[in-house]
Amino acid sequence: MLTDNNKIFHRKKILILFLAFVGMFSVLFGRLIYLCVWRADYYADKATQLHERERSIKAARGRILDRNGKVLADNRTVCTVSVIHNQIRDPEGVIRMLCGELELSEEYVRARVEKYTSMERIKSNVPKEVGDRIREYDLPGVKVDEDYKRYYPYGELASKVLGFTGGDNQGIIGLEVIYEEYLKGTPGNILTVTDAAGIEVETAGERRQEPVAGNDLVISMDMNIQAYATQLASQAMAAKEADSVSILVMNPQNGEMLAMVNVPEFDLNDPYTLPEGTPETLTAEERQNLLNGIWRNGCINDTYEPGSTFKIITAAAGLEEGVVTPESTFHCPGYIMVDDRRIRCHKIAGHGSQDFVHATMNSCNPVFITVGLKLGVENYYRYFEQFGLKQKTGIDLPGEAGTIMHKKEDMGNVELATVSFGQSFQITPIQLITTAASIVNGGHRITPHFALQTLNQEGEALQTFTYPVRDGIVSDQTSATMREILRMVVAEGSGKNGAVEGFSVGGKTATSQTLPRGSGRYIASFVGFAPAEDPQVMALAIVNNPQGIYYGGQVAAPIVRQLFENILPYLGIKEYNQENEQN
Amino acid sequence: MARQRTAGRRKKEQSEYFFDYSLLFIVLFLLGFGLVMIYSASSYAAFQSYQDQAYYLKRQLVAVILGLVAMIVVANIPYHFWERFAFPGYLVSMAIIPLVLTPLGVKSHGARRWIEIPGVGFNLQPAEVAKLGMILFLATMVCKMGKSVRTMKGFLFMVALPMPVVAEVYLITKNLSSAIIILGISILMVFVASPDYKKFVIMGAVVVSAALLFIYLAVSGSGVLGFRSGRIQAWLHPESDYLGVGFQTLQGLYAIGSGGVWGKGLGQSMQKLSFLPEAQNDMIFSIICEELGLFGAIAIILMFIMLLWRMMVIANNAPDLFGAMLVVGVMGHIAIQAILNIAVVTNTMPNTGISLPFISYGGSSVMFLLAEVGLVLSVAKRIQLKEL
Repeated sequence: MLTDNNKIFHRKKILILFLAFVGMFSVLFGRLIYLCVWRADYYADKATQLHERERSIKAARGRILDRNGKVLADNRTVCTVSVIHNQIRDPEGVIRMLCGELELSEEYVRARVEKYTSMERIKSNVPKEVGDRIREYDLPGVKVDEDYKRYYPYGELASKVLGFTGGDNQGIIGLEVIYEEYLKGTPGNILTVTDAAGIEVETAGERRQEPVAGNDLVISMDMNIQAYATQLASQAMAAKEADSVSILVMNPQNGEMLAMVNVPEFDLNDPYTLPEGTPETLTAEERQNLLNGIWRNGCINDTYEPGSTFKIITAAAGLEEGVVTPESTFHCPGYIMVDDRRIRCHKIAGHGSQDFVHATMNSCNPVFITVGLKLGVENYYRYFEQFGLKQKTGIDLPGEAGTIMHKKEDMGNVELATVSFGQSFQITPIQLITTAASIVNGGHRITPHFALQTLNQEGEALQTFTYPVRDGIVSDQTSATMREILRMVVAEGSGKNGAVEGFSVGGKTATSQTLPRGSGRYIASFVGFAPAEDPQVMALAIVNNPQGIYYGGQVAAPIVRQLFENILPYLGIKEYNQENEQN
Repeated sequence: MARQRTAGRRKKEQSEYFFDYSLLFIVLFLLGFGLVMIYSASSYAAFQSYQDQAYYLKRQLVAVILGLVAMIVVANIPYHFWERFAFPGYLVSMAIIPLVLTPLGVKSHGARRWIEIPGVGFNLQPAEVAKLGMILFLATMVCKMGKSVRTMKGFLFMVALPMPVVAEVYLITKNLSSAIIILGISILMVFVASPDYKKFVIMGAVVVSAALLFIYLAVSGSGVLGFRSGRIQAWLHPESDYLGVGFQTLQGLYAIGSGGVWGKGLGQSMQKLSFLPEAQNDMIFSIICEELGLFGAIAIILMFIMLLWRMMVIANNAPDLFGAMLVVGVMGHIAIQAILNIAVVTNTMPNTGISLPFISYGGSSVMFLLAEVGLVLSVAKRIQLKEL
């Protein structure tokens, strides 16, 4: 026994040693408790993040509805096909299958299948039937995820207004871009547990974070009016062999856009296809430029010389400033001298003596030049700004073009004279109709717009959009006078082709020659509103480069007439004799 | 102690001697548990590398069986038999360490620490030989020196004896942890052999101050410490060096933390799916924590404490000082490795490669540990029951 040969101190030291070891184990024990209890959640979270791979699930994009709830932009279930490099067991088989089913080049598929990434997308927006077929092959490493693709039930309808979405369901043009935030929703995730090399652990299952669908957007457009206006525009374009025809329909009281047509439209479900006959040899940039031209919304993105429709503005400014009254009389010899320039009236023989109302009905240039000159550059410029013509209208569409106008200090009498009858400067069609609407609606500068409100999945309103209105740009009196003068223009003057049986319609025609002068290219336009006494609907038709007869009164006014003949009863606007009967 | 006995008396007397079944049971439990955990921790990686889930398990099983045979043989040989090999053992240790630099040396995990034994298919880690050799050598020297151990000269002599081997292990195999273990074992043996405390308290204070100075230098970023400074930084802030030295530490902490109190269940570890390097080796304790939780970890710690307690009992009752010193050496070896391994895995100290005795994957380690247990059992067998 130890006591025989070994000293007591040996036993004591061995005991100390043992106790020291136990002490150290106790410290480690404490450390383990700290790690496994206090820090457990922290490290477990970190570990989970490390172990899980995310696959995003697209959120359903909010729909776009017209004012009556008709669906203008919808979603369809499509599939996204991806490959997970580490899980592929038969690369050749996968490449062959994907090439066949997705109609892709072998080179393209091979590059992606052989690329060493955790997950590589092969193709998105694959039709559901194809996705289901690929899923049935059940090849390891091929993933088919369902998501949504934008679908436009009416194809070309309002293509340049609605816009379309790209591969990630993001808005590319139109309302789809402007209201991206409301429409897009929040994508969800599928979290898959993987090992360090990215191979799925089959027993671990999946965790889903559900996507949140985007909000529906209700717009002021009326699908029926839009469709009918599109039909009229297409007919006019064909009949007049015009380059393009635009029709804007607006509620002049509040700026709600009922329709915005720009023919030729394009197919929203197939926006990247170039028209037939396009050379195949285009560079990517040329192709893109061509597409941008096709997608361009002329009512918003392009400016033109408004011509005689702009006389509404000159007249309103003259009446408001008191330099002219409806009874003022003028004499038109067929031309007018401004400084040393002789500016002709469209009627070479001249209109002779006439009062201001008839001058407007005749669309007599010398009279409006006279009114403009009486106002003077200073006043004219002030009204130009007061009416909101220097600013953009603020419509909720992307890429609105600004006004191209002389600088005030550069404006002489000649410039003033030409501006007075709508030449030598450029505005957008939306600017013209908005300004005209603001003059006849009692002087309230309204903001043209489409979006009314957003809805949640249950159809409950989430947000109602409001738009700025600036009151008093002209007095009520001037506004009323303008309505009456413009009614006369349609009833008995140059706009009589815009008259609608049984309704009082106000309006103004325009025939503007495009630059360079003498090219023989014209823009025929007509802006009309009804009822003339209390405008509820206003329409602007613009025919770009009509062949043959090119006068606005003969080309554009009938378009608005046909439109009004159909939509006035549809909108519940009563014929005046019905109103009279009730009274 | 060797007595003459007749064959007839031997059988009767045999039962009067002690055989420590508790110690044997604990060791067998740890070995069995280790094999289960090695299989659990390594099967995924083994399949990835060798298309055989049991690759590491099989290799370890062979080593365990060989080790158990060695243990039984050693346990049945009176331990004084080995006294004559003490000095040759020391020389052999000194001689085989440089072999890692010869063509026999095997490089693995970026370090040359193994030598190939031709025709066997196993690689031997000379540091393991050196540990056993040092225990035997120092136990012999303590007995030879007798009371002169108590003098300052004797003390310094005893402390100086292991230094050449320690230096070799550190300088030639670049194996700091094995060097620390050999040094630690030696100091503990000298501590038990010497009745003095003061010298050891001073020594302890010096070591602690040196460690603090080292940490201070590393943190202050003076650059004198080279790559070891990075290890200190990774220890203090593993997150800041996520892709470098801190990676393994952090992955180990993820495993420990995500196990929680009760663990994810045997086989349910996520971190072993190639996230945690050396999952079946130095870091196996973190997989134990992940799968069996705090509960499993404490059970293992308790098993080690019981193992050490049995060894303490054997050492205290050893028939002579040589036996007691042998047991103290083995006890120190197992305790130092277990404590340092768990300390590394829990990031209580800077990361350095130390395996967990009986549990971590590693053939040389388990075979030599079992041989050492054989020595302890051999000492235990010489304890007479009537004297207990």
